[in-house]
Amino acid sequence: MMDFLAGLGRAGLGWFAVLGRASMFLARVLLSQDAVLRRFSLTVAELYSVGVRSLLIIVVSGLFVGMVLGYQGYITLVNFGAAEALGGVVALSLVRELGPVVTALLFAGRAGSALTAEIGLMKATEQLSAMEMMAVDPYRRVFAPRFFAGFVSMPLLAALFSAVGVVGGYLVGVGLLGVDSGSYFSQMQAVTDWREDVVSGVIKSVVFGFVVTWIAVFQGFDAEPTSEGISRATTQTVVVSALAVLGLDFILTGLMFGDL
Amino acid sequence: MHVSREPVDDTPHVVIEDLAFRRGRTTVFEGLSMTVPRGRITTVMGPSGTGKTTLLRLIGGQLRPTSGRIWVDGLEVARLSRRGLYNLRKRMGMLFQTGALLSDFNVFDNVAFPLREHTDLPEELIRHLVLMKLEAVGLRAARDLDPSQLSGGMARRVALARAIALDPQMIMYDEPFAGLDPITMGQIVTLIRRTNQTLGLTSVLVTHDVVEAMAISDQVVLLAEGRVVDRGTVDEVRGRASEWTSQFLEGRPDGPVPFHYPGTPYRDDLLGGKESRT
Repeated sequence: MMDFLAGLGRAGLGWFAVLGRASMFLARVLLSQDAVLRRFSLTVAELYSVGVRSLLIIVVSGLFVGMVLGYQGYITLVNFGAAEALGGVVALSLVRELGPVVTALLFAGRAGSALTAEIGLMKATEQLSAMEMMAVDPYRRVFAPRFFAGFVSMPLLAALFSAVGVVGGYLVGVGLLGVDSGSYFSQMQAVTDWREDVVSGVIKSVVFGFVVTWIAVFQGFDAEPTSEGISRATTQTVVVSALAVLGLDFILTGLMFGDL
Repeated sequence: MHVSREPVDDTPHVVIEDLAFRRGRTTVFEGLSMTVPRGRITTVMGPSGTGKTTLLRLIGGQLRPTSGRIWVDGLEVARLSRRGLYNLRKRMGMLFQTGALLSDFNVFDNVAFPLREHTDLPEELIRHLVLMKLEAVGLRAARDLDPSQLSGGMARRVALARAIALDPQMIMYDEPFAGLDPITMGQIVTLIRRTNQTLGLTSVLVTHDVVEAMAISDQVVLLAEGRVVDRGTVDEVRGRASEWTSQFLEGRPDGPVPFHYPGTPYRDDLLGGKESRT
């Protein structure tokens, strides 16, 4: 029993220690953000590797999620004779929830794991140490541009995910199931509120982008500098990001729509 | 003994005074004092795990001493601001054991990296400087290769070219001979000696390859159990060799550093084992 309690205490302390290190790390990365503008070419390169390279998975997933929403929405709505409302259902589901959440999960798997592995490898092969000894600050040269790129890319990818999803829903709903094209879009316009829905979704995707990139870059920085350490850190990035995104989604949804 | 170019300034380049460094509960150094003369090759030797690499990281300001002080070029490393430390590091090169080349860049861009980061030189001039440095290590023709295409020895030579790119006053070598074949080892030994002679660099070597290190060193510092066991010129250290020193230098398996991990006597253990079964 005592062993169990002691183990619990140690694990708890360990978590707090990690949280402390992660916060210190974040503070230094944020203080180094001026490097993002000064070395804009580095930032552009990172935007490419973090953002542009995630496009394919985001677009394809967005299309399929939209198509599935089209089907499922139609099957339910048609029972109530409300198939014309399909556009609204698809758009609301995507903009409020699925866009930010699914994009964040995919982003953690694609870009987050890559960031962790890249930085972990740089640490294990002493590249970060070598930079420091060459009087080059890794926070400004390596972490700041990567953090910025992830933070900016994620909301843009989420917006794209939602847009492609709407097209997916249209293809299935209008193209296959015969919903009227005009109603699909007019319903969408009628029920989707700019502030309530779109802005809420954007806020979510900004928060998720911040958290997922922070976790990914920190896990790489904090990885044990061995092969096992890097693979463990990469797994951790995906697991911790997924849990953080889903947990935060619940909290944010509660804050945004709780009083309705 | 190898004779370096005579330095202009005869104040020591690095002074370490009563250094202590602890990592968790492990004491790495306790009461360590030494000096590194300017323009000479100083070799720090000692068994594995005596914290030789840690010592280089302390000198480079990547770690902070628990107590005691380290001066490099008259500046106390632990008291410098980040800007001050980075300015000092621009005058310091370090060669990592693995080379630590940046994997995103090819050989040329790796050597150009410090020049591009710290100077506003036009690309044409950077090209000239990089080719000069690569020529010095014999790898000018390998400039388009990626780090993954290099052998261990080549990676270290590229790293050396990168370390001298900014013309530092001092260079630190972390285990430069580890895991090299005899030919490559000979090349690295020659390069270290030549770099020291032609550029008048203060060189600090950390190694346990006795023969190679003794051949090129002006000063030898022997470390064991967190302190300096012996130091002096190669001949001095050889001449007054204590039992420990001669065991280390000659690589004898048993002596003051025992072959057996300390424990109860063998006989007691055997008999004890028998008793416990009956």
